[in-house]
Amino acid sequence: MLSGKGGTGKTTITASFAELAHDIVIADCDVDAPDLHMLLHPEIMKTQEFKGPKLAVIDRTKCIECGLCQNSCRFGAINANLKIDPFSCEGCGVCVIVCPEEAITLQERISGYAFISKTKYGTMSHARLNPGEANSGKLVTLVRQNARQIAEKEICNLILIDGPPGIGCPVIASVTGVDAGLIVTEATMSGIHDLHRALQLLNHFKISPLVCINKYDINRENTEKIVSFCENNKVYVVGRIPFDPIVTEAMVAGKTVVKHSPENVVSQEIENTWKRVLSALNKE
Amino acid sequence: MIISIASGKGGTGKTSVAVNMALSFKDVQLLDCDVEEPNAYLLLQPKIDETKPVYISIPLVDEELCDHCGRCSEFCEFNALFVTPEKVLFFPELCHSCGGCMIVCPKNAITEKNLEIGLIKKGVVEGIELVYGELNVGEPMAVPVIKEVKKQIKSNKTVIIDSPPGASCPVIESVLGSDYCILVSEPTPFGLHDLKIMIQVLGELNIPFGVIINRAGIGDRKIYDFCEEKGVRIILEIPFQRKIAELYSSGIPFVVEMPEWKRKFQLLMEDIKGV
Repeated sequence: MLSGKGGTGKTTITASFAELAHDIVIADCDVDAPDLHMLLHPEIMKTQEFKGPKLAVIDRTKCIECGLCQNSCRFGAINANLKIDPFSCEGCGVCVIVCPEEAITLQERISGYAFISKTKYGTMSHARLNPGEANSGKLVTLVRQNARQIAEKEICNLILIDGPPGIGCPVIASVTGVDAGLIVTEATMSGIHDLHRALQLLNHFKISPLVCINKYDINRENTEKIVSFCENNKVYVVGRIPFDPIVTEAMVAGKTVVKHSPENVVSQEIENTWKRVLSALNKE
Repeated sequence: MIISIASGKGGTGKTSVAVNMALSFKDVQLLDCDVEEPNAYLLLQPKIDETKPVYISIPLVDEELCDHCGRCSEFCEFNALFVTPEKVLFFPELCHSCGGCMIVCPKNAITEKNLEIGLIKKGVVEGIELVYGELNVGEPMAVPVIKEVKKQIKSNKTVIIDSPPGASCPVIESVLGSDYCILVSEPTPFGLHDLKIMIQVLGELNIPFGVIINRAGIGDRKIYDFCEEKGVRIILEIPFQRKIAELYSSGIPFVVEMPEWKRKFQLLMEDIKGV
């Protein structure tokens, strides 16, 4: 599940799919701002430390203040007082090799945690990047590996991945090697723009795209534009979900919308969308 | 003064706030640092006066000089280089352009070349100087493009920075150096959860901030309780109105059709400058 633009409804729809599906493993790959757990209520079974990029540390007792490290750092992470800014340090180690006094070392830092949890809907692989840490792509890869291992062990042939917004490193890590990418878009100008870029991304990695238009009735003209664009490009539009405050109400109740209000048109549309996704996957 | 706009959760209305605020104030510089999905220009439709490519430096190995000793791959913390007895394999998507491989190579077999990873574009519209970046599709690293956008900051101007969603490196790079950060959230469990993450980030970066609650009226009151309990200032509320949502969907900034909001954004700006 991806979107390009944030806030189009990826997590809402992923959670409902988890409710409707059978024999799945769920992965939340939005590691910097994970929200899926608020709807699926995982019970953590296993926690794993995630070591992100290393951090350069200067031993002031050895440092002769020559400034070579500062001049060599391409990330501007070492200031005039030779203090290292942990937010800018990428842990590359250039300062370590240029230091004539061997005063600098790279130290490991715990950048977050990966979890394996039990939910009512299946086992869930998820994570939490510490706020402000780098390398979310690597943590996404760990979440994916964990999900894969669970799926193999439990003999599940479907992994449902809630991806992050954007098209950069954590998104690339989320979609690499998947069988299909469902782009959740919305009927806004920004939604259309970001859909185009998300489709280009899937195309770049040769992944079959599916499209779902959320809040389609907020602008029917834009919805028509998306539908005809997808038709012209042979992209299957698997769902059109209307805007309804029930989605927020379900979120407040901590439930998936299909569970909270199964009779509501939103839930019914999500159910139809899920059926179409499954049939598209079976054709692959 | 540099004001950045961030959120944690995507789709809370960062770009909408950034653009409407810029239109209320004029004579500002607006930097769209969401280089993965830049949207501010869609709402402003500026004429683009300048486009320039953004490059990163990547190693270029001279196989004639290389004796495949493997020092470069041993050094590389990002596993961007892999040395076989016959060949050096390089994975540009993993390279952070630190230049270390060039330094450690005992045969001086490594030089650098440029790789284009995106564009920055500039244009002026309604007195607003818009600068935005566009990461090439398939390129993983947004930070170098964001850095390039931020190099265009004019220190004598009021600068508004529209940051990407999330709470990791692209967000840090966008908000770093801001005098104030506006966190745009919504009164829902997801909005509150991701707001808390961003508050933690800003605390570590030591940037003062206030919260705009967008789509006020939906969801629940927990975000208000949280802000009150933690002493977090709510600097503005934008009610949920179908009209605002529809205008946004058509790419129209709401202050254009609802000019009474300009005054609110002007007052907000004065308030922030007071801080």
